[in-house]
Amino acid sequence: MAVVKLFGAWLSPYCYRVIWALKVKGIAYEYIEEDLSNKSPLLLQYNPIHKKIPVLLHDDKPICESTVILRYIDEIWPQNPLLPADPHERAVALFWIKFADDKSPLISKLFRTDGEEQQAVAKECFEMLEVLEEHALIGGKKFFGGDEINMVDIAFCSVAHWLGVIEDFAGLKIFEPHKFPRLNSWIQNFKSVPVIKDNLPDTDKMLALLKRRREMLLASKSS
Amino acid sequence: MADEDVVLLDFWPSPFGMRVRIALAEKEIKYEYKEEDLRNKSDLLLKMNPIHKKIPILIHNGKPVCESLVQVQYIDEIWPHKSPLLPTDPYQRAIARFWGDFVDKKIYGLESGKVWTTKGEEQEAAKKEFIECLKLLEGELGNKAYFGGENLGYVDVVLVPFYSWFYAYEKCGNFSIETECPKLIAWAKRCMEKDSVSKSLPDQDKIYDYVLHLKKVFGIE
Repeated sequence: MAVVKLFGAWLSPYCYRVIWALKVKGIAYEYIEEDLSNKSPLLLQYNPIHKKIPVLLHDDKPICESTVILRYIDEIWPQNPLLPADPHERAVALFWIKFADDKSPLISKLFRTDGEEQQAVAKECFEMLEVLEEHALIGGKKFFGGDEINMVDIAFCSVAHWLGVIEDFAGLKIFEPHKFPRLNSWIQNFKSVPVIKDNLPDTDKMLALLKRRREMLLASKSS
Repeated sequence: MADEDVVLLDFWPSPFGMRVRIALAEKEIKYEYKEEDLRNKSDLLLKMNPIHKKIPILIHNGKPVCESLVQVQYIDEIWPHKSPLLPTDPYQRAIARFWGDFVDKKIYGLESGKVWTTKGEEQEAAKKEFIECLKLLEGELGNKAYFGGENLGYVDVVLVPFYSWFYAYEKCGNFSIETECPKLIAWAKRCMEKDSVSKSLPDQDKIYDYVLHLKKVFGIE
C-alpha cells in the first residue's frame, strides 16, 4: 500500500488545495505541519529549489508546487476527475488555473502592504474579481467545474475564503456581493460542499495569527 | 488531417510564441502564422483572448487556447503520435511540469528582465540570480542530451526560446552566459541543430536590435 504524506502549513491556501484533492479522491494520507519560520530538514531535502510547502510525498517521491501536485493526484487516482476529459475544455480549465496561480498572491500582498501600495494591490484584486465575474462563470454554472467542483474551483480558494478574512483584518471592502453576484453564488456554493466546508481553516484563528504576523512585519520594518 | 485548421497569432520576438512554433514543428503540423502588431492588436486577437489580450494564441478549428505552457501541453495531447513532449510516467510528468513552472517563474519572470532594464547594483543582483537559476537548470539537465532525455521534451521546448535572447542579455549585462553555464549553452546549441528549433527562433542579433529599440522606447539607458 503506497504511502502518501503531505507537508503543509495550516494557514496556506496552497496546502488546502492538495488536502481537498486528496479527500475528493478518497486518498488516505499523513499530514505533517511545517513551522514556516523553522523549516524541517526533511522539507528542505524534499523541496531544495523553492523550500516551500505544500510538498506531496508518494512512495518517498516528492512532488512540489501545488498545481503540479494537483495534476499528479488527478493522474494517479483518476476517480472523481478534477479536469475535463475533452482536450479543449481541459485547456480552458488550465488557463483559469494559471490565472488563479498568477493572481492569488495579490490576496496575501494585501495583508503585507499598507497605504498607497495596498490601495494599488486592492485595485488589482478588484480587477481580478471583475474578470472572474465577467468571463469565468457565464452560463449560470454552479461551479467552475459545472455541477461538481473541479481543479479550477479548488484553485480559486483564496478568493472564496482567504480574501474575506484578509479584508476583515485590513478593514478593506473589495468584494461586495451586489457587485459580484455570480462570484457570490459561487463562493456560497463552494463553501457548502462538504469536503470544503469540513476542511477550512477557522477564521478566528486566522485573524489572530494574521494580527501577530502583522505586528512582527511592522516591527521588522521599523527596526 | 484535412479538416484540421490551426492558426497561431504571434509576435516574432516572443519566446512564448517560439515555444508554440517549436511544438507545432516537432509534431509536423501545418498552420497559418499571423504576425500581430502589438501596438494595434487585431480584432481576432481581442476576440480570442479578451482576458489578457496577449499573444501567442493558438486557434484550433476556431477554438482558442491561451497561455504558452497550456498550448504546448494541448498540442502534445492532440497530436500524441509524433515526438511526444511529456513523459508517459505520471511522476516524470510532474518533474517536467515542475521545471516548466520554474522556467516561467525564474527565467521568464520580471526579475530576470532587470538584467537588461536596470543598471548598477540592481542589475548585478539580477544577473547573479539569473545565473544561479540557469545553474539549477544545468543540474537538472545533468548528463542528458536534452531535458527530455534522448529527444526534445517539454522542458526543452519551454526553455530553449530564451536562448535567442541570451546575446541581448549578455550585451546589456556585460557578462558571458557561456562562461558561467557552458553545459547549458552546449545543450542550447544541440537543440538548435534541430530544424524545429532553429526555424522557430529569430537571430540573436535581431533580438538584440529589438531590445535596443525597446530601451529607447521606454527611456531605459
